[in-house]
Amino acid sequence: MLRQLEDMTVKIMRPIGAVGIVASAALVLAACGSQPGSTNSSTPTSGAATAATGTANVVCGGKTPLSGEGSTAQKTAMDVFAQQYTKACPGQVVNYNATGSGAGVKQFNAKQVDFGGSDSALSGADVDAANARCGGNPAWNLPLVVGPVAIAYKLDGVSSLTLNGEVAAKIFNGQIKTWNDPALTAINPGVNLPSKPIQVFSRSDDSGTTDNFQHYLAASSKGAWTQGTGKAFKGGTGNGAQGSNGVATGIRAADGAIGYVESSYVTNGLTAAKLDSGSGGVELSPANVGKALDAAVFAHPGSNDLAMDLDKIYAANTPGAYPLLLATYEIVCSKGYDADTAKAVKAFLTVSATTAQQPIADKGFVPLPQSLQDKVLTAINAIS
Amino acid sequence: MTRNRIKVRPGDRIFKNLSVGAGVIVVALIGLIGLFLLVQAIPALRANNVNFLTSRIWETSDPTHLQFGILDLLLVTISTSLLALIIAMPISLGIALFLTQYAPRQLARPFSYVIDLLAAVPSIIFGLWGILVLAPRLSGVAEWLNRNLGFIPIFANGNVYPNFSGTIFTAGVVLAVMLFPIITSLSREVFERTPTPQVEGALALGATRWEVIRTTVLPFGKAGYIGASMLGLGRALGETIALAIILFIPRGKNFDYSLFDGGATFASKIAANYSEFNNPTSAGAYIASGLVLFVLTFAVNFAARSIIGDKKGA
Repeated sequence: MLRQLEDMTVKIMRPIGAVGIVASAALVLAACGSQPGSTNSSTPTSGAATAATGTANVVCGGKTPLSGEGSTAQKTAMDVFAQQYTKACPGQVVNYNATGSGAGVKQFNAKQVDFGGSDSALSGADVDAANARCGGNPAWNLPLVVGPVAIAYKLDGVSSLTLNGEVAAKIFNGQIKTWNDPALTAINPGVNLPSKPIQVFSRSDDSGTTDNFQHYLAASSKGAWTQGTGKAFKGGTGNGAQGSNGVATGIRAADGAIGYVESSYVTNGLTAAKLDSGSGGVELSPANVGKALDAAVFAHPGSNDLAMDLDKIYAANTPGAYPLLLATYEIVCSKGYDADTAKAVKAFLTVSATTAQQPIADKGFVPLPQSLQDKVLTAINAIS
Repeated sequence: MTRNRIKVRPGDRIFKNLSVGAGVIVVALIGLIGLFLLVQAIPALRANNVNFLTSRIWETSDPTHLQFGILDLLLVTISTSLLALIIAMPISLGIALFLTQYAPRQLARPFSYVIDLLAAVPSIIFGLWGILVLAPRLSGVAEWLNRNLGFIPIFANGNVYPNFSGTIFTAGVVLAVMLFPIITSLSREVFERTPTPQVEGALALGATRWEVIRTTVLPFGKAGYIGASMLGLGRALGETIALAIILFIPRGKNFDYSLFDGGATFASKIAANYSEFNNPTSAGAYIASGLVLFVLTFAVNFAARSIIGDKKGA
């Protein structure tokens, strides 16, 4: 009996022993894994903070980890920002939680995070709530991540297509149904448009991209877009697909399809349409988006709150400017942070607005043009 | 005396309490989930301006003027799941019979591992495979069906026409593949348990392989097979991300009983929109649809259990 019990104990113990070995092995591995990282971050690389766009005078230090939450659209950019920040300020870390713009604003106002990320500037009751959170000081919207939205299409035999706001609106609300519609052929002289039906693709999930796109249609279509704006697509035609990737896949699979996606999704057979705001078709390129940003109009001119009046950009007729863009903001307090947090927020935003701008260009965003960057840096320096 | 000592052993008591606790936790958890769904859904249902069960509108962006009805979601959920079941049931039956009755032992083992491995593939992979790889190849079949059998309503032009990729048809086929391992592994277990005397009896009476299966294996395993299919149906009803990726959402058109329609199921609708739940009332609309799915799945599982239970009793 006792022997048996002993046997059993041995049997039971054996796997536990094995687990122990595995666990300790994992610990050793983890320790090995963390070593290169820690040596990396302790190497003084702040010298690398020579700017690709503008120069960074980063005063490192303050609170770590700094916390942010909000927009999913700027998640990829924020990853780069965080990486560049740690590179410029060894030992300093930013945690950004991409939970959606609404959640970001809510958490910022509730003092749960140090800054919020949002696809749209603060508005309505959120402004007062944000000011209260900042101890009665105004909260600022700083546009740090700008990305163009492409009207992407797939149409065999057509490698160049020009649209204007009015025609785009009529395609996306179903008034124009075929590719050789007179409205399309009129603005595409010399392009042989087939008589195929137009298959419209939109986002089936609620999205800031859809909101911006519908704002563009409303602002630039001379009244042809009456469906309104919002995060859900209201055109009432075509098909919705999940996420930008779903939209791109949908367009790719169908000859004669068109939809709107962030520019990084325009690959493998998709083409971005040129947009004509009245001075000829303009191609989607960082330089052309930069021109639109140079002419940006701000909601509070003269203030450091850099909320942009995108509707003005969308409706403007700036020669050579590509107007369809999406700006996402970091929402920060102008004053009201404790000294430690203010220092870290300023350092992080400075890195994000300067050194980190060039790296995000590879991810489908557009580096801030000089004019806007100067304004953003002025605002960051004014934070106290 | 030994018995008495065993009875008071703390190990026994602890183990019994632990298992009872585990059982209670499961029941309590389900009850609490149901309660949570109900509590969250009620404010939205009160604010709803259309009939929740018969409307096809889903407009929840304005919390002061909610309009949401689940009819389309319900129909799309049921059609994708039924199509999946219609495809998966006979094929899974074939696989299970092959593995238990025809395949040599050396082949049956690795083969069943492969089938079970299918269950370990994450559903997002199935979704991506479905829309990127399968859909383009399947659209030829779909177009052919539509062209030649279009007069039958279920093969008529769908509401995502002329697109044949993001349809209920594609979704159903992908779901069917996801059901194979569930239905197969359960059916296999049951078929393997066919009493040997019965099989030998049939063989002794001069039955061929097929006759043995027909007269002993199938009648014996029928309850288990149907139960397995019902559990698979429950899985299909709740499948989320794969369908959210595959199905296109028709704009301004309702489900019209064609396999080539697009649409959203309960689960895929919630998955597509959960990241933007900004106010509790709009979120409540989705939760209310989740509640319907909860009830539906519960009903299907209940039906499955009662089928298995009935046959076992008989």
